[in-house]
Amino acid sequence: MLGKKGGILFILTIISGAILLIRLFYLQVIDGTYRNNPLNNSSVTAKYEYPNRGFIYDRNGELLVNNLISYDIMVVPNEVEALDTLSFCSLLKIDKVYFLNKMEKATKYSPRKASIFIDQLSKEDYAALQEKMFQFKGFYIQKRMLRMYPHPIAANVLGYISQVNEALIAKNPYYQMGELIGTQGVEKQYEEELRGVKGVKFVNKNIHNIEVGAYKNGIYDTLAIPGNDLTLSLDLELQQFGEWLLANKRGGIVAIEPSTGEILALVTAPSYDPNIMVGRERSVNFNRMYLDQFDKPLFDRSLQAQYPPGSTFKIVSALAALHLGSMTEETTTSCYGGYRYGSGPHSFMACHCGTGGRPISIREGIFRSCNSYFAITYKRSLEKFTNPQVGLNKWSETIKKFGLGEYLGVDLPIGQKGLIPTADYYNHFYPQKNWRASTTISNAIGQGEILATPIQLANMVATVANRGFYITPHVVKEIDKKPITDPRYTKRKETGIDPHLFEPVVDGMQMVFETPGGTAFWHQVKGIEICGKTGTAENFIKVNGKKITLEDHSIFIAFAPKYNPKIAIAVFVENGGFGSRIAAPISSLMIEKYLRDSLSNPSKADAIHNIDLYKEQYNYHKSLRQLNDTSK
Amino acid sequence: MIPQSSKNLYVDWVLVFIYMALVIIGWFTIFAVTGPDTFSDIFNFKESYGKQLLWIGMSMVLIVFVLSIENQFYERYSGIFYIISIAMLLGLFVFGKNINGQTNWYSIGGFTLQPSEFVKITTALAVSSMIGDNLFDLKKFKDLKYILLILFIPIAIIVIQKDVGSALVFFSFIFVLLRKGLSIQFFYSLIGISVLFIITVRLGVGITLIAVYSIFALLIYYAVKRQPLFFRRNFPIVIGGFLSVTILVFGSDFAFRKVLEPHHQDRIELWLRMENSPEKIRELKKTYGYNNDQSIQTIASGGFTGKGFLDGDRTNGKFVPEQHTDYIFSAIGEEFGFLGSSLVIILFLGLILRLLYKAEIQKSKFNRYYGYSVAAILFTHFAINIGMVLDILPTVGIPLPFISYGGSSLWAFTILLFIFVRLDASRLDDF
Repeated sequence: MLGKKGGILFILTIISGAILLIRLFYLQVIDGTYRNNPLNNSSVTAKYEYPNRGFIYDRNGELLVNNLISYDIMVVPNEVEALDTLSFCSLLKIDKVYFLNKMEKATKYSPRKASIFIDQLSKEDYAALQEKMFQFKGFYIQKRMLRMYPHPIAANVLGYISQVNEALIAKNPYYQMGELIGTQGVEKQYEEELRGVKGVKFVNKNIHNIEVGAYKNGIYDTLAIPGNDLTLSLDLELQQFGEWLLANKRGGIVAIEPSTGEILALVTAPSYDPNIMVGRERSVNFNRMYLDQFDKPLFDRSLQAQYPPGSTFKIVSALAALHLGSMTEETTTSCYGGYRYGSGPHSFMACHCGTGGRPISIREGIFRSCNSYFAITYKRSLEKFTNPQVGLNKWSETIKKFGLGEYLGVDLPIGQKGLIPTADYYNHFYPQKNWRASTTISNAIGQGEILATPIQLANMVATVANRGFYITPHVVKEIDKKPITDPRYTKRKETGIDPHLFEPVVDGMQMVFETPGGTAFWHQVKGIEICGKTGTAENFIKVNGKKITLEDHSIFIAFAPKYNPKIAIAVFVENGGFGSRIAAPISSLMIEKYLRDSLSNPSKADAIHNIDLYKEQYNYHKSLRQLNDTSK
Repeated sequence: MIPQSSKNLYVDWVLVFIYMALVIIGWFTIFAVTGPDTFSDIFNFKESYGKQLLWIGMSMVLIVFVLSIENQFYERYSGIFYIISIAMLLGLFVFGKNINGQTNWYSIGGFTLQPSEFVKITTALAVSSMIGDNLFDLKKFKDLKYILLILFIPIAIIVIQKDVGSALVFFSFIFVLLRKGLSIQFFYSLIGISVLFIITVRLGVGITLIAVYSIFALLIYYAVKRQPLFFRRNFPIVIGGFLSVTILVFGSDFAFRKVLEPHHQDRIELWLRMENSPEKIRELKKTYGYNNDQSIQTIASGGFTGKGFLDGDRTNGKFVPEQHTDYIFSAIGEEFGFLGSSLVIILFLGLILRLLYKAEIQKSKFNRYYGYSVAAILFTHFAINIGMVLDILPTVGIPLPFISYGGSSLWAFTILLFIFVRLDASRLDDF
């Protein structure tokens, strides 16, 4: 029909028509996204209904967190029109003075923004007022859901909720501006369980934004599903007691039930009352605590603080040596007040075990905390292999079986890895790889490069209590009254170390309490076989390149009873001195409290509670604060 | 014998039928967009649907007028028509009324007239008349330059008056020139330049040049290896191509950044999904993108069968801007669904193909090229407008012929089409 010359327009017409028809067919028939999602229809608006957030209980069913629904009467002063003050006051059951007073305050705060006029109405008052409030322009009732904490404890575990920010909305389309989301602690980790699912109603609106009925008779509408309640593994009383003991100190306590990995107490000090992170004062309080770089109340020392574990580390050091076969139960060494690991004048590790050259075995090495014993066995462990590189890797591999040096995977959103060095770590500092076992000798006694968080130490001692396995520590025991099934928190993690090897170590730990000369002899509890180990970690800070030695950290780990253990505990008290001074009594008090629910020696608890490290170290803190300020 | 009487008109009823169908669909859609909430009676001339009805009525008068004029008249006076229409365009600089920042309108007692719509007709007549001459040869530059001048004058004036959409339509005359025998190379070059422009804007000068040079290098390598003689002979052409492509790439970049107005740049960036600056894209989506988004959502929400006449909630809610003019196809899509909107597309295809067929069988060269002009102009409007409404092409503000609201465009398209119907009706008379 058409010549070659005229064909182009003909072909183009056909092609364009086909493209347009295909596009049209795709849009209108194939691609359902525009038709089936009511929100793509801009004449439809979604109205959300918010479910109740789940409650949180402790292991014994004590309520830790609930919701407070509050109805506040709000006022926007600029929008208030002339009203019959008398009838208004009688309706709200207030007097005229209150009315004038509040109006003045609200206007002072902002004439354009809403202020609370009357807060926390009862539900009955709300129902009565709801129908009448529309008569009064400028006033309205606002429903608020607040978190309430009947016991002002465990703020670090419970966390808090706050309004979502834009970045989060961009990531997670579930949330809308102004909605609440768990921001820390259990509230964050278990957000999806706690929040439930919000309900939605789609309503048609006309161009003037007036509702004209349900969209498609409500076939896309959903009901709100309430959030699940959580039961924590925390023991309210133990947690409370731990926080009370750590008053005016800085540090952390972690108590774990070894057989299940459930965290019984997770104490950090200084902490705060969770109720201050609710409502209007939240941002002020948050900022104040956030900016406190000295006490860091928002810093969870039990999960995030990495300390050198000190002598408590000798427990795993011993187990590693036994496992690697570099010593046996019968191996003895002698200590002459220290261990010389090199030829230099300072290559000497002092020891205060006081055995005076008498051969000592592993049990005595542990309860007397003999540095030489562990230095020697550590060196043997590493030198057993072809070179120290292989030896150290084998050694650290064994140590890491105890959950050290890696994220433990606790069901809380924060944590730290700690540090168990491998050969690579030292190769980085000694590029020629010319380091030897003695170079890293401090590792044997938990100083040097080794770092661990209190929860890692608690898990470590729980592993010892279990004679060779642990279950990842977790704070949530039940969701919606049903025990958790997540394999991460129910499956045993084996160390692969022969359970028999644990016996001499556990014996040594028991002797710490029960043999005169043991480092915690004075803290034994009659009738409870406690096995423990003190630790004292040297620490220092560098200020302007100057190394300043600080008061030692007081550390203690323990579990009890010796057989069929019920509780494993790690206590860190920053700058608390020797392990036996504060950390050991705290451990034995916590254990007694948990196992017996009463204390044989309450005055001891009072004494610990009353130790005020801030007062004791006033000058020292003052100079630290000054250093802190000048280094800024 | 062939009848000599010009009173025997063989009107092509297929064209007339399609025209009437489109106009009627158009009016009902305009009523759906602007009518329902203010409806009193359809002769309410204060409302768009009332005015459109008036213009449709006057179009009928125009049709009778156009059909009753002697067919030689159009060819004979095409030059005069052209000059008058150009004068009208120029007159806008003095008497024009500013609407939406564009000075394209005469305002006469409440009614407005857009001369650029009519220039399409006179240009079609002038071009057809000129190339209809057997002695005219496009291969001679002497002749070609006149055609280019005829096209260039209205394009230049309309661009100065900031109506880029209307100016683009004049490029549809390339199809007419191709029919006359313009080398197909021109068409390919035009396509090539457009593609190069889009690639340069999308990928930037650097990447485009690297890509183009790589292709050149490959071609040269191939040429040297396989046909060294050919390569040596055509060496100047290779160098010329190489240089001109380089210049075109830089030229495209320059044109995009310096010549185009910011809102044109925005539309093209949006079209090419240039997400290099998310904030800007988000901003654009609220402005230019808003129209497109609303438009395709409105169309898509119609589904297969549509929501029913006057029952399109998005059309009633007036969510699509300019829905009675440039975006009218979205209302058809919503209320009449895929069935209705594909019917409109098929009507347009039928109209254009019928015109091409009819043009081809004309004995008079003038008639043939005029038919081609009408088909080409309608095709350009149809493809660009619906392409834009369906978010395939960037936003270009040109109306959908016969359907969009507006007196000037309806009259102009009516005259444009019916001059051809008139020419066709007496095509047998010429011999």
